[in-house]
Amino acid sequence: MQLFTCPFCGPRDETEFHFGGEAGKVRPEPAGEVDAGRWSAYLFVNANPKGATSEIWVHATCGEFFLMERDTVTHAVTGSKSLRREEA
Amino acid sequence: MSSSRIDATGAAIPFTFDGRRHEGRAGDTIASALLAAGVRIVGRSFKYHRPRGIWGAWTEEPNALVDVTVDGRTTPNLRATTEPLLAGMAVRSVNAHPTAEGDRGAFLDRFSAFIPSGFYYKTFLWPDWHLFEPRIRAMAGLGRLDPDNRPAADWPQINASCDVLVIGAGPAGLAAAKASAGAGKSVILVDDRPQPGGSLLHRGGTVDGMPGAEWAASVVGELAAAGHRVLTDTTAYGIYDHDLVCAWQRRPGRADAQWKIRPKRIVVAAGAIERPLVFADNDRPGVMSADAALFYLRRHGVLVGSRVVVAANNSSAAAVAAALADAGAAVTLADLRPDATAPEGVALRKGVTVEAVHGRRGVEAVTVGGERIEADALLVSGGWTPTVHLFCQARGRLRYDDALAAFVPGDPVAGMTVAGAANGSLDLACALAEGWKAGGGEGAPPAPGDAENAYRVVPAWPKAGAKGRQWIDLQNDVTLKDVALAARENFRSVEHLKRYTTLGMATDQGKTSNMNGLAAMAAITGRSIEATGTTTYRPPFVPVPFGVVAGRRRGQLFNPVRRLALEDAHRAAGAVFREYGGWLRPAWYGAGSEAEEIAREASLARQAVGILDGSPLGKIEVMGPDAGALVDFNSYSTLSSLKPGRIRYGFMLTEGGVVYDDGVVSKVSDEHYIVSCSSGHVPGVVARLEEWRQDRFDPARVFVHNSTLQWATLTATGPRSRELVAALRLGVDLSDAALPHMGFAEGSFEGGLARVARVSFTGDRSYEVSVASSQAHRLLAAMLEVGRPLGAFPLGSEALLLLRAEKGYLIAGKDTDGTTMPQDLGITAPRDRRRDEFVGKRSLFTDNARDEARRQFVGLAVDGAEPLPTGAHGVDRTGGRPRSIGYITSSYFSPALGRPIALGLIERGLSRLGETVEFVHLGRVLTARIVAPCAFDAEGARLSAPDGAPRTVGAAPLPASPTANAAAKAPPFDRGKRWAPVPDWRSAGLVRDGWTAKRILGLGQTLVSGRLGDAVASLAPGAREVGLFAIAEGAPQLVRIAVDRALIVRDTPSGGSPAVGGQGFVATRVDDVFAVFELAGPGLRGLLAEMTTADLESGSRSAAVLACGVPAFLYRIAANRARLHVEAAHAAYLWRWLETRPAE
Repeated sequence: MQLFTCPFCGPRDETEFHFGGEAGKVRPEPAGEVDAGRWSAYLFVNANPKGATSEIWVHATCGEFFLMERDTVTHAVTGSKSLRREEA
Repeated sequence: MSSSRIDATGAAIPFTFDGRRHEGRAGDTIASALLAAGVRIVGRSFKYHRPRGIWGAWTEEPNALVDVTVDGRTTPNLRATTEPLLAGMAVRSVNAHPTAEGDRGAFLDRFSAFIPSGFYYKTFLWPDWHLFEPRIRAMAGLGRLDPDNRPAADWPQINASCDVLVIGAGPAGLAAAKASAGAGKSVILVDDRPQPGGSLLHRGGTVDGMPGAEWAASVVGELAAAGHRVLTDTTAYGIYDHDLVCAWQRRPGRADAQWKIRPKRIVVAAGAIERPLVFADNDRPGVMSADAALFYLRRHGVLVGSRVVVAANNSSAAAVAAALADAGAAVTLADLRPDATAPEGVALRKGVTVEAVHGRRGVEAVTVGGERIEADALLVSGGWTPTVHLFCQARGRLRYDDALAAFVPGDPVAGMTVAGAANGSLDLACALAEGWKAGGGEGAPPAPGDAENAYRVVPAWPKAGAKGRQWIDLQNDVTLKDVALAARENFRSVEHLKRYTTLGMATDQGKTSNMNGLAAMAAITGRSIEATGTTTYRPPFVPVPFGVVAGRRRGQLFNPVRRLALEDAHRAAGAVFREYGGWLRPAWYGAGSEAEEIAREASLARQAVGILDGSPLGKIEVMGPDAGALVDFNSYSTLSSLKPGRIRYGFMLTEGGVVYDDGVVSKVSDEHYIVSCSSGHVPGVVARLEEWRQDRFDPARVFVHNSTLQWATLTATGPRSRELVAALRLGVDLSDAALPHMGFAEGSFEGGLARVARVSFTGDRSYEVSVASSQAHRLLAAMLEVGRPLGAFPLGSEALLLLRAEKGYLIAGKDTDGTTMPQDLGITAPRDRRRDEFVGKRSLFTDNARDEARRQFVGLAVDGAEPLPTGAHGVDRTGGRPRSIGYITSSYFSPALGRPIALGLIERGLSRLGETVEFVHLGRVLTARIVAPCAFDAEGARLSAPDGAPRTVGAAPLPASPTANAAAKAPPFDRGKRWAPVPDWRSAGLVRDGWTAKRILGLGQTLVSGRLGDAVASLAPGAREVGLFAIAEGAPQLVRIAVDRALIVRDTPSGGSPAVGGQGFVATRVDDVFAVFELAGPGLRGLLAEMTTADLESGSRSAAVLACGVPAFLYRIAANRARLHVEAAHAAYLWRWLETRPAE
């Protein structure tokens, strides 16, 4: 059972979290100017790195989406960052 | 008889073994009692049915597996060496028929030369292994499962955290725990034996001037007195991600528990396991671990033989030889070490080892160094294998130590220290010093009294090409020849060796066999032991009962359904319940057959007025200046263009363009929308709205509140619905001009707000009346009362499903699948016209989305009275091979139409109206005509028909064989019987040893989002914020639950408007959304440790946690008085959890 750190609530069991997606993906738009390749890359193509990765997670119990840096091999969590413009 | 009891203290305990009566003594294990009774053959081996005796004294035991019957219930495959003996136990040997002593399968051993590893799989390939498998399985194997043994689901899961977790209470572990506690750390000490002390208890020695056992007791006493936890009978069986340690605690007289411990540091002091020596017939009963023999002598007063040969390659066996000689046995020590010495009274043979064991059914004599020695027990010590399992589970790497002839921990693992014998420090002084250091101890470590001889060993590994049948893995019957065979067939990696021969794969997981197995492979392949390596260590360290892992999550605690506020009223009205989208809802009412009752309700709903509990339908409030933009982006249809007071139907899509859900959105104002979705989709829709809110919008300008549970919604549907709602006198103008179809209005019911919405899922005039859930019972009673002259009746979900199918209204997820896009449902206007972005937009313009051959939503008509089978596939045979062109998604017999109706997804269906399609179902071929989805009142006249019962529709007779509407005579499948009724909250209370629980009714709760400082100043000035498990001072409480969300809790119900917006914040009334429980008493922490994994002392600012697996808010109002808010629909589940919690 992994321990993830919500930037607001602190460390909690992984059962309180959901995976959101790889960090850094920007939704391509407007739709009329996005070719099929870009759109399918947005939907389906992930780096899925072995090792260090940045991901968006949501702490389901408080609803906060945040950035988490972790390692897909060792499962070490190296950081959690709020995505809010200014820390609440 | 060879083994016997020489020191019988303690009360006699009668038991049976293979039907024969025996007597043990208090404190016995099954194994010690069997040895005391002189029982030699305790079981038959897995494959060859060889007679086997007891080898060890603890979890490493490979042979003595037994089926144990207590109170008429049998548990299979327990290790006799770890199981405490209980009075009246019936113990049975495994894989032996009828008894271990006289086993009919013993002949198999004579064919052993023909059945090596892999024999069965190689031989019974043709025609099919599965043909032979049952017979072969019957011949091999272990214990028998008792289908009647279904333990209660009362095994608690206890969460704990500490500074230092010490695993093992032997000398090293005790020293570590003592040092850690002395350094001011909080300590949990676990040990899998009933009594702490480890080797001190049977190998003796003194520590700090005290006998070892006394010292152990004093350390444990000090730890307990200082408030540290000492858990005996507790096996730390696995280390998981981020240092979660799981431990299985046996609790005499109570259900076992699982501890989930999150330590900051771990000290592994798990000891070491004595290895067998490998020689021909080394599996004979009477061949035993030397240390185990000492254990039985010192701990149970049992002498394992009167003429004993001790064969060893290391210094640890001398003490065993001395002790047994002292106890009166004639002892010969055969020590492989040329410089070995023998204690007084022990005959010594230096530099020799065992060459032969004589006696088929047990040791009769032993040949060592060419000399035959008469003996009834052969005790062996092939050196010690450090118990590195937990270290390796934590990804620790091992290093082979030549001097120790063992693998020991290599580079340290962060957060973990291995100490004592587990680290290869087999001398008492070293173990104590290492433990002391691991615990951060300062000054001199605990010291042993007398200097002992340092541990010395010479390797004695299995040799390539050795003669005779030399056993490596006793439990899985793997011999040295099997290892050689694996090597010959090139399964040379230890992982391949394991899988090919099953070496180490038995329930003992190779505790005594893995080292010898890999050493044998090393010898055969000419590699070093280090290069050969070990197999991967995985949890669990010992077999753990499934119940311990599953805990209490069974039955009603497995996967909680949501419960209606009106469930008791529905039960009283005779409802049969089913689960719909995670909710327990009335399927129909009445004791008649399912088909009859559904047809009755569906017919009546077209003539009079049905009352449906629609409370679970989502009511998600989206508020703030950017609310319109968010709901527009979230939806396929534009919603912000609605006039306030109007409602629009539409879809929500995934980014893949697939229909995720459908529903209606009401616009209250430009800054306030209410999104209604399917009941099962509420959490998902809330999550996606919240995701886009934070990801795309300014989260200070739009807020999402889930108010679903605040409102009970009763829908009046049918031609007389307006008359019913009018009679409620809600203060709403119900004229079609003031409240048209897809409009809503606000009125009041008994002083509270009532929302009336005109939406219809039946095609008839319908009114959804929503009031606070706390008023639900009064609203239902009022509707039934005023509705009586109108023929009002309660309407269940099944009839509703039928009525909507008559109208061709779809259900997302039933009539759509993971490929259905809005154009497949005939709705293309938003795709074609919307210029702004919305979720899923781009996906509607892909080649796939524009494919003309997509499956489209249509109606299907048949001749005759028999409905089409749901799920039947349409078939196109024009291309040669038949292929599916879609399938039937919904099918009913319509009482209103007097004929079957069906809906389906059919390729190009919308352009093929009128065509006939062939369907296949379980070998039958049927045909149906493609028609428009709507089969009833296609012009929609009934939506706004004049009041009063229409004359055009009557109840049609049921068809003769309504197959699609279920068998008429089968007893109804009623999920209401699975779930205990919701308690009467006014009187419900629990008073248990150490804690109490009750539900607090009548609190005012307001959910605020946005600028919390401003919200508090405006709504609850002076309220002080509390986070997780913090103590709130005074009222109102301000319970923080997210970065920008909090709950204001007052002692009285909220008044005023249910939703208010201020500068930068919004607030909604949630009195009825959350049920509040008060948990109190000195046992509060123990109770919460089973409810939540969160560290209550972490000072988390947010009170939001998972409790018993459901979302909750947890804080305190006094030191031992906590409040827990959970969704009201989960209140019955939480109560059930509390009510059935076993006593501690």
